Amino acid sequence: MDTNEHVIEVTGLRRVYGGGFEAVRGISFHVERGEIFALLGTNGAGKTSTVELLEGLARPDAGRLRVLGHDPYTERAAVRPRTGVMLQEGGFPSELTVAETARMWGGCVSGARPVGEALALVGLAGRADVRVKQLSGGERRRLDLALALLGDPEVLFLDEPTTGLDAEGRRDTWDLVRALRASGTTVLLTTHYLEEAEQLADRLAILHQGRIAASGTPTEVTAAQPSRILFELPEGYFVGDLPPLGELGVCGHEVEGRVVRLRTRELQRTATALLVWAERARVELRGLDVRSASLEEAFLGIAREASERTKTEGAAA
Amino acid sequence: MSGNRVHSGTGENTVAGAGSASTRAGDAVRSAVTSPASRMAALARAELTLLGRSRSTLLSAVLMPLALPFSFRPLIDDMDVQDVGLTTGLVLLPAAIGFSLLFGVYSALTAIYTVRREELVLKRLRTGELRDTEILGGTALPVLVTGLVQSLVLVAASTAVLDMPAPKAPQLAVLGLLLGLALCAALGALTAALTRTVESAQVTPLPFVLASMMGSGVTVPLEMLPDRVASICELLPLSPAITLVRGGWTGDLSAYEALGPISTGLAWTVLAVFAVRRWFRWEPRR
Repeated sequence: MDTNEHVIEVTGLRRVYGGGFEAVRGISFHVERGEIFALLGTNGAGKTSTVELLEGLARPDAGRLRVLGHDPYTERAAVRPRTGVMLQEGGFPSELTVAETARMWGGCVSGARPVGEALALVGLAGRADVRVKQLSGGERRRLDLALALLGDPEVLFLDEPTTGLDAEGRRDTWDLVRALRASGTTVLLTTHYLEEAEQLADRLAILHQGRIAASGTPTEVTAAQPSRILFELPEGYFVGDLPPLGELGVCGHEVEGRVVRLRTRELQRTATALLVWAERARVELRGLDVRSASLEEAFLGIAREASERTKTEGAAA
Repeated sequence: MSGNRVHSGTGENTVAGAGSASTRAGDAVRSAVTSPASRMAALARAELTLLGRSRSTLLSAVLMPLALPFSFRPLIDDMDVQDVGLTTGLVLLPAAIGFSLLFGVYSALTAIYTVRREELVLKRLRTGELRDTEILGGTALPVLVTGLVQSLVLVAASTAVLDMPAPKAPQLAVLGLLLGLALCAALGALTAALTRTVESAQVTPLPFVLASMMGSGVTVPLEMLPDRVASICELLPLSPAITLVRGGWTGDLSAYEALGPISTGLAWTVLAVFAVRRWFRWEPRR
């Protein structure tokens, strides 16, 4: 078997809800075996709607979808024994204990690991006899993760796995996900934490209003975005007093009151030219902040561009 | 690659902060491949535990159907049931089984399916290997077994207390009971689909419960109703079950006469199952 086999393949996927709302508007991507792939986006971007289709919970309205070579909705029996799922909100009867819940799930999963082992994986062994309703939000997330891992799945779907976890719980989950990748598990996760995507994802796609706005490795996605320089204009100076911005390598700028924000793809050249100008003019650039593109910048930039585009399209139409 | 995963069993991949459990376990300790029966059994076991922990369900679904019918005895003694060839027992036992089906199975399942849906349990279960019918069946199993046991207890109690003779056509009584159980399970799922919140699950079963108590021969035997009314009431969903149970004891139904209720009962059950497949809701409305 080819090690670069596409474990998940999505082409032109669409999902329209009953009221006519189009949550997923024709997205395509693939996930390779052993990869951690993150779907990143704000609330309402279409992350969960997409993942639910991959999990086979609903039938897509258009597009082609393959998980491990099968249609997850129509060929459920072929896919389910090989996947593990953690929904955004765990659904467990509140009156069962942690161990009873895990035992029930274990009985429904082929090749399930023992209950004690699964609970130990997520640090819940000491809470085995506690009713689900008495668990904290974070503990419930971890129980959900334990159940997703019961069958030692080849493909793991994690919908916002660390929402509600404290910093330590989040790091533990990250370590667990990395250990799973090391043992060959393919992971598709959604998150609105940029740090989580940066920490975990081999590749990611940024979803915005049901479309993929950018995708690639975190480095690629970041590199496609300009760096930025932020400073306060000195008293009595205007943007026109700066050297011609084009010559500085600036590809975009905004002025808000006295605060100037420059975007550039040649950070060193722009920053040097700006500082040389300030030195010669003997002025101080207060609040100077020079930052190379981060995933966060990329994320915000993409959201901004996309909504500007929507506005222009709306105006043109 | 075969369908089975290759496990190293060495457990090298330890998780910081989560003890020394490995993310890969040896094959020896793994459970077998599941089957529909094993999956439903696991689900039913959990549901049985939950049934035991729900005081309100225990009271309304288990105890009430056993106690309620016998409180009607003085009332039935006053009815002129002998005029239509019945005895107190022949009215009381089908009534008791009807209560068991309506409260112990139908209303209880409406509440259980609604609660599991609102808790997102059904949605979570659908992400796994269980098929939809296994989820519905496994969830219903403890309640259905409870209903069956209740009916057997009621038969034993009636025989002991009311001097009921042995049924003359037990196969009809058994058939009626099974039809009633299947119908009430499917209608419970269907009613849950129409129930928006856990609280309203207390109310939504009432129309069918009341209609069946009045019109399906549960409280008043159809034999005691005017012919024209009776012939319409015979067509109600639960009527065949009650008619067959009563007929099983009296032995009054010929094979030909039994065909009517059997086909009516089957038709309703098939219809209800079809409706569940079409309209059952697996997730809360948003």
